[in-house]
Amino acid sequence: MPVIEAGDHRVWRRRDRAEQLRNWLIWLVGTALFIVCWRFISERTIWIFVLDAPQQAWDMAVRMSNPPMGYFNRILQPMWDTVNMATIGTLIAIAIATPVAFLAASNTTPSVYFVRPVALAIIVTSRSINALIWALLLVLVVGPGLLAGIIAIALRSIGFIGKLLYEAIEEIDETQVEAIRATGAQPTQVLSYGIWPQVLPAFAGISVYRWDINIREATILGLVGAGGIGVQLQASVNSLAWGQVSVIFMAILVTVVFSEWVSAKVRHAVL
Amino acid sequence: MTIALDAPTAGPRRWRKPPMIADARLRYALYALILVYLYVALSSVTVNYARILVGLDRGAAFVSGFLSPNFTTRWRDISNGMLESLTMTVISTAVGVLLSIPVALGAARNVAPPPIYVACRGLIAVSRAFQEVVIAIVFVAMFGFGPFAGAMTLAFSTIGFLGKLLAEDIEDIDRAQVEAIRASGASWPQLMNYAVQPQVAPRFIGLCLYRLDINFREASVIGIVGAGGIGATLNTALARYEYDSAAAILLSIIVVVFIAEYSSGFIRKRFL
Repeated sequence: MPVIEAGDHRVWRRRDRAEQLRNWLIWLVGTALFIVCWRFISERTIWIFVLDAPQQAWDMAVRMSNPPMGYFNRILQPMWDTVNMATIGTLIAIAIATPVAFLAASNTTPSVYFVRPVALAIIVTSRSINALIWALLLVLVVGPGLLAGIIAIALRSIGFIGKLLYEAIEEIDETQVEAIRATGAQPTQVLSYGIWPQVLPAFAGISVYRWDINIREATILGLVGAGGIGVQLQASVNSLAWGQVSVIFMAILVTVVFSEWVSAKVRHAVL
Repeated sequence: MTIALDAPTAGPRRWRKPPMIADARLRYALYALILVYLYVALSSVTVNYARILVGLDRGAAFVSGFLSPNFTTRWRDISNGMLESLTMTVISTAVGVLLSIPVALGAARNVAPPPIYVACRGLIAVSRAFQEVVIAIVFVAMFGFGPFAGAMTLAFSTIGFLGKLLAEDIEDIDRAQVEAIRASGASWPQLMNYAVQPQVAPRFIGLCLYRLDINFREASVIGIVGAGGIGATLNTALARYEYDSAAAILLSIIVVVFIAEYSSGFIRKRFL
């Protein structure tokens, strides 16, 4: 307990001197870094536009406050497409990520030196590229539309599901696997009776969690031409139809809140 | 434990794994429902095979671009975009963290009065519901093109992310420690500083590092809608069909994401 003698009485301090110095240094470096970065951004900013922002925001709010409700009927189909894109993309990702996760987990992989690195490489590549960038590339290859969006969602989700699932597989209780093996079970039977039931709750939780994230991601893939509500959003923003934009925002908000509610319910039920 | 047994007509009785849904009718109804959904959903997906055939050439060109990435031709654009993304990451994380703390205090049921609680929870819900790119569109319209709009976008998303997680941590703190500090006659700021902060700080620092990581990933894409950073560079390269430069940009993004993820993981493991 750091206590400092100040003349005739003693004063309690939360940190001793070395700790205080270390904290102070961290703050100094952090502040310096912040100032350097701030100057860099400030040089690239047209401050007149930024100072104008309250006016712009007010303008936008006024134009958004009178949404044309008739427009709502026209975005039902794109919204449905968005949800489908997320759902099918997630299903494809689950189908691919599950075997990859078993190949990547150190306790189930057939070969630690050859198969595991390959599986880990798949997971890492998929994870480090954003769904929007995947969509950008896929639109070039398969053309604009839902298909590009579905594949983009699937490619991004493989790494996410694969990583969380293989970590769950590595944490299973080995004694249960031993017990199943002791009954003379085949490797496939060990997998389906000893390992799978143990990771099933985690698997369901991870899948639904990713589905929830994917709904959010699917709302923007249309901006680069990959189908869904983003196409309408892009068109409305480009034509400065802020009323339509606010209808789209409301639709997104409702869908996302719903999917988050479903996801929370399922995760609460299985975990 | 329920055990389903085959009818013992002939041979020894065999054990079968009980199905997840016990009621057979409900089970098959669910299967049918899933099939119908898949049929309906997939029927709205149109596949243009002629377009894909054309696209495969581009795909091949892109793969060959990946094998020989070109960093030199657009080096100025790449380094510029990367610096913008990195500075946006630092600014947005710092601003977001600073603002998320008061929001989290307001959104914790055990600390804040009800009206403030509702307001802060609303702010968090809005910030979390919209993807960064959607927010970026609005902020670009407000602040004009460039990294400032991007930094503000990411800061706003950071408030929602950290605010929610920190508020949940604050709601889970040990009441006894708060009582003890309050009994010593502490004022409200002292209560926060000595009773709440020590309980939530370690996890919060970890979450901040995690968010730093996410912010870089997002800073590399929001340029696509004009909010600054390397995303704009990538978009331009792809629009010009310069696949070798695009591959170079993607590789540099991947390298930085790697460094960010491993260093934040290392710091979390080593120091927290």
